[in-house]
Amino acid sequence: MGAHHKVSVDKEERYEFTAAAKKRILTWMGVGIVMTVIGIAMLALGIGEGKHEAAGAGHGAATHASATENHSTANAHSEANGTKTEAHTGAEHADVKADAHGATAHAEAGHATDAHAEKGHAAAAEHGGGHHEFHWTTRLWADLWHNAVFFTGIAIIGVFFVAVQYLAYAGWSAGIKRVPEAFGMFLPIGAGIMLVVFGLGHHDLFHWTHEGITDPTAANYDKIIAGKSWYLNLPFYLTRMVAFFGLWMLYYSIIRKNSLAEDLEGGTARWKKLVYFSSGFIVIFAVSSSMAAWDWVMSIDPHWFSTLFGWYTFASWHVSGLACITLTVILLKERGYLKHVNMSTVHDLGKFMFAFSVFWAYLWTSQFLLYYYANIPEEVIYYIERRDGFDGKYTALFFLNVIINFAFPFLFLMTRDSKRQIIFLKIAAIAILAGHWLDFYLMIMPGVTKGNSGFGFLEFGLVLTFVCLFIYVISNTLSKQRLTAINHPMLEESLHHDI
Amino acid sequence: MSHVTSSVREPLVTGGKTIKDITNDVCRQVEGKPTTAWMIAFAVALLVLAYGCYNLYLTWWVGLGKWGLNKTVGWAWDITNFVWWVGIGHAGTLISAILLLFRQKWRTSINRAAEAMTIFAVLCAASFILMHMGRPWLANWALPFGNTYGSLWVNFNSPLVWDVFAISTYFTVSVVFWFIGLIPDLATIRDRAQNPVSKTVYGILAFGWNGSQKDWGRYEAVSLILAGLSTPLVLSVHTIVSMDFATSLIPGWHTTIFPPYFVAGAIFSGFAMVLTLMLITRKVFKLEDYITLAHIESMNKVILLTGSIVGVAYITEFFMAAYSGVAYERYAFINRAFGPYWWAYWSMMTCNVISPQFFWFRSMRRNITVTFILSIIVNIGMWFERFVIIVTSLHRDYLPSSWAYFTATSTDIGDYLFSFGFFFTLFLLFAKFLPVINMAEVKAIVKSSSEPTAHKPATVVGAVSGSEANHSPDINKQ
Repeated sequence: MGAHHKVSVDKEERYEFTAAAKKRILTWMGVGIVMTVIGIAMLALGIGEGKHEAAGAGHGAATHASATENHSTANAHSEANGTKTEAHTGAEHADVKADAHGATAHAEAGHATDAHAEKGHAAAAEHGGGHHEFHWTTRLWADLWHNAVFFTGIAIIGVFFVAVQYLAYAGWSAGIKRVPEAFGMFLPIGAGIMLVVFGLGHHDLFHWTHEGITDPTAANYDKIIAGKSWYLNLPFYLTRMVAFFGLWMLYYSIIRKNSLAEDLEGGTARWKKLVYFSSGFIVIFAVSSSMAAWDWVMSIDPHWFSTLFGWYTFASWHVSGLACITLTVILLKERGYLKHVNMSTVHDLGKFMFAFSVFWAYLWTSQFLLYYYANIPEEVIYYIERRDGFDGKYTALFFLNVIINFAFPFLFLMTRDSKRQIIFLKIAAIAILAGHWLDFYLMIMPGVTKGNSGFGFLEFGLVLTFVCLFIYVISNTLSKQRLTAINHPMLEESLHHDI
Repeated sequence: MSHVTSSVREPLVTGGKTIKDITNDVCRQVEGKPTTAWMIAFAVALLVLAYGCYNLYLTWWVGLGKWGLNKTVGWAWDITNFVWWVGIGHAGTLISAILLLFRQKWRTSINRAAEAMTIFAVLCAASFILMHMGRPWLANWALPFGNTYGSLWVNFNSPLVWDVFAISTYFTVSVVFWFIGLIPDLATIRDRAQNPVSKTVYGILAFGWNGSQKDWGRYEAVSLILAGLSTPLVLSVHTIVSMDFATSLIPGWHTTIFPPYFVAGAIFSGFAMVLTLMLITRKVFKLEDYITLAHIESMNKVILLTGSIVGVAYITEFFMAAYSGVAYERYAFINRAFGPYWWAYWSMMTCNVISPQFFWFRSMRRNITVTFILSIIVNIGMWFERFVIIVTSLHRDYLPSSWAYFTATSTDIGDYLFSFGFFFTLFLLFAKFLPVINMAEVKAIVKSSSEPTAHKPATVVGAVSGSEANHSPDINKQ
């Protein structure tokens, strides 16, 4: 029984972020940046992968032309008939079909053009110029946005995890608390990247930011998007983004400050304050996490909507955050740190990864099944795009998503022993992180780049850069303060945690 | 489980109770004669049940025409009551399964009664399924029997069939879980029994439990397995109930947030019902030292959390109705709030979203009167939630000429009363003849979590940091 022996804690233990380690991480980050630059150069010059892209572009251009035409004609069609929502959604639907089955859609488009030739063609010219001609920068913005959203999510989940532990009076996790607490330090960087990427790339990322899209007289007028302009408009959107990051960082700094002060002061006053501020954070996070998901991810497909989307995105972030916490704790233990954290605590982290992988799958199924079942065009289009759209470009990913994020952790972490073996947990955590990175890829890419995304130097370079940046920030934060919250009133419980 | 307990935790057993005290305090009402209060309550419950049975007879003999249903509103109080009762059941499973997995020690004083409540609530829910079939003697048609009944076969695409599986599985696992938890306590009662009838009956029910190491090992192993099985069941049952609505195309029903939001709402109403019952039980049976203010506060926190989750879901639905641009969806929500059933909608909002917010204040969470009143308000609110979802989404369909207004008849009310009579009859029988607190499990936490007394000093905060700390974790084991 753990309770019978005394466990000592190294009170002054800090993570030593050595020059060699820094150099190693920075070198890899350099490699990531170089790969990114190569990727950009190749795309810009249309070589290598770009060549494939260019080859595809010929093919893509053809489909795209038809798509554009079809889209605009459908727009024109809907205007001409005075039909409302349905016609519009039909347009989006047809858009994808055009990509998937160019020829058929083209035929349809042609038919539509016959009926409303003049208007349709005029619209096609205007509209196509702004949006449908694919430029490689779109792919760059999409990749940057994808990574920024994913890693920001892990950072905020670190803060969320800490807050939940306080609110739940959790004892088991007191010994590892500094690990998730360090994640929040990435928030300002995530915020900076997201604001810059949005500032420069919002036109490529978000269809609803296009000039004239809400103007009934403009050629690219989109009635559905116009109907959402009370929510999707630049000033309000940016206000929300700044407000979310501002509040998250504010609460993070308060939690962090009190947590560190507790190390010096002892007593329970700081702990009580932390419970209090955690409840404030949870209230804010309950609202902002959903809204952030609508803003940053869902509004990429501006016609589409799902009430569950906020919680679904949260579930994906959450399990990624848990995997990241587990991985960090394991890596620290392997390097001889956190000796007082016993395998029961690690086992519990494994349980969390298992449980929230199942929870993610539950929400994935809820959203998918209900839309699949109802089969309403404007709703089910989201899944048709991802499963069959763009010549089946995302089909493999669509199924891999469920396998790697549900089936694999479910079977792999099922037994007790697997959650107490370092190597098993490492594999599971890495798989979950990679899997949910892909989940976000699947949420973002089809909407932004349509069929023009890829996995090349650019993607691997960028993700390597982000991983190194994240590791650097976390390592640096961990090295600055004690690795253990030595005066946490629950620490003694966590030291004797025994399951 | 660690035996070290932080001093910031409130004691879960007060009054310096010893192991023997626990046995005596819990067994007292099982072994004693029924009290007058119990007799009166039981008589009232039987009376209500009798009136309910008369209405049930009318429903089945005359037909569903006795209800207020009309050409447009084909589901009303029947399914509202069904979902309401199923939801209430969720708290028991959450307490016994999920809180067990989370090693929450405070569950031990409330799990027994909550699980009993779950079982009775599921039975009440099932009664509405039988009622709304109109021809209950054909209820077996809901089961996928072979073709011996002709070309009859259930429609596996229908969530109503999934419900049959989900709820019967849930009921079975809940009963098994509850009964296994009872065995050590039944053995205690058997061993103390004075009259031969009690000794025989409790002896048979105790399955020959002898309290050996082996018995306890098996008990713990099977509890963990059943907790593992029950946890997905907590989620799946109300998920499938929500899909009864969400797989349809009806605006207001077809929305993806339904599954998790129904589960949160179910736990919300279940905890409210647990509180209503436990506040009375602890008073009548004098169990204040076991169901302490700390327990009540924890339950109130769960109510605040789940109530707020439900609130976020309501607002999300409203937002998406506006954001989606779907005219029908928008109308469904505006009609809910400002249409003819506005009173139901605002009752729901007030009871479910606003009232739990009082629990942000510690003084409110620890105030028994406030808790009792709010627990009832929450259950009223959750009934209205289901009524709002079902009736307001149905009563104005796509064709204005078929718009209708549903008004409950006395049979609707009588059938609802039937479930109350049924529930309280069962619960009162349980409270009299079975131990309402899991003695064995409370005994297991008494060392680590009872109030500090003269013989049992408290631990020191921040034990690792200061020289004043007593480093021995055994301090709690005296």
